[in-house]
Amino acid sequence: MSRTPAAEHPHGKRNDMGRTAPPSRLRGEGLTLAYDQRTIAEDLTVAIPDDSFTVIVGPNACGKSTLLRALARMLRPRAGRVLLDGAELHSRPARQVARTLGLLPQSSTAPDGITVADLVARGRYPHQGLLRQWSRLDERAVRASMEATGVAALADRYVDELSGGQRQRVWIAMAIAQQTPLLLLDEPTTYLDIQHQIDVLDLCAQLHEEQGRTLVAVLHDLNHAARYATHLIALRDGRVVAQGPPGEIVTADLVHEVFGLRCQVIPDPETGTPLVVPAARRRAAV
Amino acid sequence: MTLTQPSETRRGPVARPRGPRRTRGGRGAARAAGLLAALLLLAVVVVLSIAVGAKQLPLGTVWPGLTDPASAQYTVVHEMRLPRTLLGLTAGLALGLAGGVMQALTRNPLADPGLLGINAGASAAVVSAIAFLGVGAYSGYVWFAFAGAAAVSVLLYTVGGGRGATPARLALAGAALNAALLSYVNAVMLIDAASLDRMRFWTVGSLASARLDVVAQLAPFVAAGTALALALARPLNAMALGDDSATALGARPGRARAGAVVAVTLLVGAATAACGPIVFVGLIVPHLVRSLTGPDLRWLLPYCAVLAPVLLLGADVLGRVLGRPGELQVGIVTAVLGGPLFLHFVRRRRVARA
Repeated sequence: MSRTPAAEHPHGKRNDMGRTAPPSRLRGEGLTLAYDQRTIAEDLTVAIPDDSFTVIVGPNACGKSTLLRALARMLRPRAGRVLLDGAELHSRPARQVARTLGLLPQSSTAPDGITVADLVARGRYPHQGLLRQWSRLDERAVRASMEATGVAALADRYVDELSGGQRQRVWIAMAIAQQTPLLLLDEPTTYLDIQHQIDVLDLCAQLHEEQGRTLVAVLHDLNHAARYATHLIALRDGRVVAQGPPGEIVTADLVHEVFGLRCQVIPDPETGTPLVVPAARRRAAV
Repeated sequence: MTLTQPSETRRGPVARPRGPRRTRGGRGAARAAGLLAALLLLAVVVVLSIAVGAKQLPLGTVWPGLTDPASAQYTVVHEMRLPRTLLGLTAGLALGLAGGVMQALTRNPLADPGLLGINAGASAAVVSAIAFLGVGAYSGYVWFAFAGAAAVSVLLYTVGGGRGATPARLALAGAALNAALLSYVNAVMLIDAASLDRMRFWTVGSLASARLDVVAQLAPFVAAGTALALALARPLNAMALGDDSATALGARPGRARAGAVVAVTLLVGAATAACGPIVFVGLIVPHLVRSLTGPDLRWLLPYCAVLAPVLLLGADVLGRVLGRPGELQVGIVTAVLGGPLFLHFVRRRRVARA
C-alpha cells in the first residue's frame, strides 16, 4: 500500500506544505463514493492525523457526511479503499473494527423505556460475546464514560425524559464506553441550541485532550470548526480544497472558494483562532 | 461546563417498570428472581391444564396420572391432557418468542405473526391443500402450514428490501401480504363449502386436536428457532439503536435480520401448523414483558418464552371451564381476553412508541 506523502493530498493546494505527513491510522485512498446513481465524490484521498481533533467542513451536499460514513464503514466505497491500521476496513472482522473505530451517527433511536446506564452499557457490545458476558471491566468503562460526560447523576433516568442536550451527552457517553482510540461524530451539534452546541464541543475537546482520542467530526458551523479543530479538512463538490490547522488555512479566500461567501477573517477574541465574519449585504454586492 | 439537573422534562404520570435507584447487579438479581417466579407460574398452569376439563381430575391425582400406568387417570392424562398441554407449551413459547423478535426486528410495537401475514400464509397454504389437493388428514395440514409460513416470511423479507430492509418497509409489506392472503382464504372458503367446514376449526386456533406425534414432529423446529432467537438477543439489542449505531458497535444488521426472519419462520410456522393461527399471544406477551424487564432483549426474550405459554395454557384452561360442557377454542379466548388486556396496557403505558 502506498504511504508516500506525495500520494496523500492530490488536491491539497494549501496543505501543510513542506512538512512530512503525520502518522495516520485511518485514511481513505482514491475513494469514489456514491449513493445508487448519484456520485458524491471521485478519487478522494484523505488521511486523519493521529491524535488530532479533525473537523470536516464544507457546504451542504459537499460530501462531508458521506466521507465520514465511508471512513466509519457505513458506506462501502465504489472504488478506492479505507484503511485502518494499514488493513482494508471492510475486510476486517466487524467486532474487531468496532473496538478501534467508533461512530456517533447523525441520528440514533433510543428504545422506549431504556435507562441512561443501560444505553451507555450498550456501547460495550464489541467487547462482549456469547461466552464473554458483562464483566467488571465493562462496569468500570460505563461508569467512567458517564462521569467523563457528566451524565453519571442521570444513570437511572429514562433516556426519553431527557432534554436534547442531555440526550446527546448520553449518546456520546455510549460511544466513549466503546473505548475506541478513534471516534467519528456525524454532526454532533445539529438540533442543539447554542449553549448545548458549545457544551458538546467542549466535551469533545476535553475527550481529545484528556483521553488522547483521535476525533473526527463533521460540523456545519465554520467558526466552531475553526475554534475546536486541530486539523481542518475543507471539502467542496467531493474534493479536498484545503486541509491543515485552522490558523493556517482559514482565510477569506478559502471561505469564498469553499462556501461562495464573502467575509472577513479576524482573530477570535476568546481564543485567537480564525473567526469568520460574513460580509454585510451592501458590501457583498461589490 | 455545568450540567443543569433536569426536572422539567418528566412527562405526566407514567407507570414505569422499576422503582428508584438499584444497582446493576441488584437489577439483574431481580430479573432472575422474576424469571424464576414466571417458571413457577408456568408449572401451576401446566398442572391446571392437566387437571381441568370435561372430566375433572382432583389435583392430587395429576402426578400419579402422569407416572403410574395403573392409575385410573393414566389414560385421560396421556391420551388427552398431556398432548394438549405439551402443544400449548410448545406453541406458546414459539409464539411469544416470535412476537418478541418481530417487534424488535420491525421496531414496531404492533408486529405479531398475525399482523405480518405469516399466519395468513399458513392459512392460505392449508386452505389450498384442503380445497384443491384434497388433503384431509390433520397431519397433512402441518407441512402445508409450515410451507405457507415460510413462503410468506421469505416474500416479506424480499419485498421488505432484503438485507437493506427497513423496519417500516417490513411492517408495510407484512400488512399488505396479510390483507391479500386473508382475502384469498376467505374467497376459497366461500366457494367451497366443504373445505369451509374443515377449515373453520383450524382457522380459529385450537389445542383440542393435539397429538403427541405432531408435537414431537414440531419440537425440533421450535428448539432450533428458540436457540436462534436467543442468540440474536444481543445483535437485536444493538439494532434497536438504529442500523448505523449497530454497525458502529460491530453488529451486522443484515445478517441479524436474515437470522431473525429464519427464527420467526421456524417458530411461527411450527406453532401455526400445529394449532392454527392464534392471535394476540405474540402481540401482548412482549408488551407485558417489556413493562417488567425494560427493553433489554436478553431478558425480554426468555421472559416471553416462559410467560407466553402461561397465557396460552391459561386461556385454554379458561376455555374449557367457560365452555362447559363443550369448550371454547383457545384462539377465541386469547383474542377476547387479549383485546381488553391490550387496551388496558395502551392506556397505562406509552406502548405505541416502540
